[in-house]
Amino acid sequence: MKALTWHGKHDVRVDTVDDPEIVNSRDAIIKVTSTAICGSDLHLYDGVIPMVQSGDILGHEFMGEVVETGANSTLKKGQRVVVPFTISCGGCFHCNIKQYSCCENSNPAEKQDASATLYGHPMAGLFGYSHLTGGYSGGQAEYVRVPYSDFGPIVVPDHLDDEKVLFLSDILPTGWMGAENAEINPDDTVAVWGCGPVGLFAIQSAIVMGASKVIAIDHYPHRLELAKKLGADTINFRETDVREALMEMSGGIGVDAVIDAVGMEAHGFAYDNMMDMVKQTVGIGADRASALKQAILAVRPGGRVSIPGVYGGMTDKWPLGAMMEKGLQLRGGQTHVQRYTKDLLDKIEDGTLDTTFLISHRLPLTQAADGYKNFHDNQNEWTKVVLKPGMEA
Amino acid sequence: MKSDNRELGALAGAGIALGAAAVGAWLSTREKKHHPDSAPGWTQRRNFGDYEVVGRTVTIRKPRTELFAFWREFQNLPQFMENVEKITPKGSGGRAVWTIKAPAGQSVDIETEIAREEQDTLIAWRSVEGSDIDTEGRVTFEDAPGERGTRVSLLIAYKAPGGKVGQAIAKLFMREPEVQARHDLKRFKMLMETGEVSTSARRKDQTRAAQYQQENAR
Repeated sequence: MKALTWHGKHDVRVDTVDDPEIVNSRDAIIKVTSTAICGSDLHLYDGVIPMVQSGDILGHEFMGEVVETGANSTLKKGQRVVVPFTISCGGCFHCNIKQYSCCENSNPAEKQDASATLYGHPMAGLFGYSHLTGGYSGGQAEYVRVPYSDFGPIVVPDHLDDEKVLFLSDILPTGWMGAENAEINPDDTVAVWGCGPVGLFAIQSAIVMGASKVIAIDHYPHRLELAKKLGADTINFRETDVREALMEMSGGIGVDAVIDAVGMEAHGFAYDNMMDMVKQTVGIGADRASALKQAILAVRPGGRVSIPGVYGGMTDKWPLGAMMEKGLQLRGGQTHVQRYTKDLLDKIEDGTLDTTFLISHRLPLTQAADGYKNFHDNQNEWTKVVLKPGMEA
Repeated sequence: MKSDNRELGALAGAGIALGAAAVGAWLSTREKKHHPDSAPGWTQRRNFGDYEVVGRTVTIRKPRTELFAFWREFQNLPQFMENVEKITPKGSGGRAVWTIKAPAGQSVDIETEIAREEQDTLIAWRSVEGSDIDTEGRVTFEDAPGERGTRVSLLIAYKAPGGKVGQAIAKLFMREPEVQARHDLKRFKMLMETGEVSTSARRKDQTRAAQYQQENAR
């Protein structure tokens, strides 16, 4: 089959590789009809996530048709399913308390040591996202082996197009959980750093949850325009002093909750970010957390800090004093996708959520490498890339 | 005894003798000379003399009767113990021969007997007199709070034998024993909670078991 494989920093290629097979009894094989490039895939593309190996198939946002099932899969051939990017067994302590992205069993035993050393506990398995998270082959391929297929995938009705439901795999629940972690109340002003796909979905979710004002922060005019269309106020950090503006726009109180949808490769020319960029470049493994640091200073005392953006390592110059002295609550985490899929599918179906407005480009899978390059280099116009294995080149 | 560790305190108090004199140290917190605390003996910052000691606990969301029954059928253990090729019962008294994988398709046999057994609570085994490897193991099953299932603790000790041949065998057997025990216990948890052992292999011939067989077929 054809699949998008990683070969090094800024080197991804569509290769021909062996088709997947049923390996365990709860597996299913999915024939991919649509798959997307995630902003977090750009961290792999930039080589800032450790333990990616040459030849690894990337991609964790995908959906398709069930073509083969193991003896204990509950899926049926021919069903259309969206597959959560987090692999969850459904049987462990964490799955039982609905913290699915903390699944204890989906990362193979021999792969758990690296993340356990880094974070104190092993991570769960994720599709196509380095060997820290299991080394599972990803979804930017014609076929994918899906473990625990009786638990994760959600069957979608035929009358909903791929593009409407594809993002249930990651960015829609990730944006939703980002807003949920901000514990939004009706009178709240909420600020969102980053108007990439997750930020845009967090903005939309915060509005659906009833925030009185949502302020979107970015520097790409087109992305800010998309946020504005959703009903957000906007700040372009190239033009405006963000902290001063947020104080003024929240009546001098400060914003009630902040959402960092940027993650470990923040843009911007603050001194700390430049230092972190140098460290990242020489391989010291520092996360560039300048958006998050700014958010912590901007949020009002007693406010909430939500982190859907991806971080993988350490950061320094951390505003710990601000966290303690202002009494902040901080929440992050990989998304517990399975917790949200059904409710969000209903919200897509009844029109509460629009999931297609951010798609800028549709490409055949064979042009995936171009998709990566443009999504990386031309972020203003390339807001979301959907790859279609069946599309004519 | 002073220990307030309920799990291990109870076990040590029951006076389980696993054979070697040094063994009490990994069971009990009493051996901590200066400041006794509640942590299991095997987490001490010390070495255990001639023995390599490995201890690990996992919580498994299954009743302990079920977990005990699975473990007590020693033939089941190779399903999650990666370096054990097979375990063959010998007679009806709980004796068994463990066939351990070694490089180049070789294997090492170790005969064990059951040192102690408490229904649904504990199984301890040890190598019989005259074995190439002096090893002892113990697995305990304890109810976890609420609906969390069962806390399973595995403790394994090995003693390096004398002589060149013995040391060569021990080297094979003890290859990263801590890593091995930790991974084995995780795989046991996977098998019990999910019915299978997780693998990210895309094809059957890429699993660890398949790759081991391919390497040794050469």
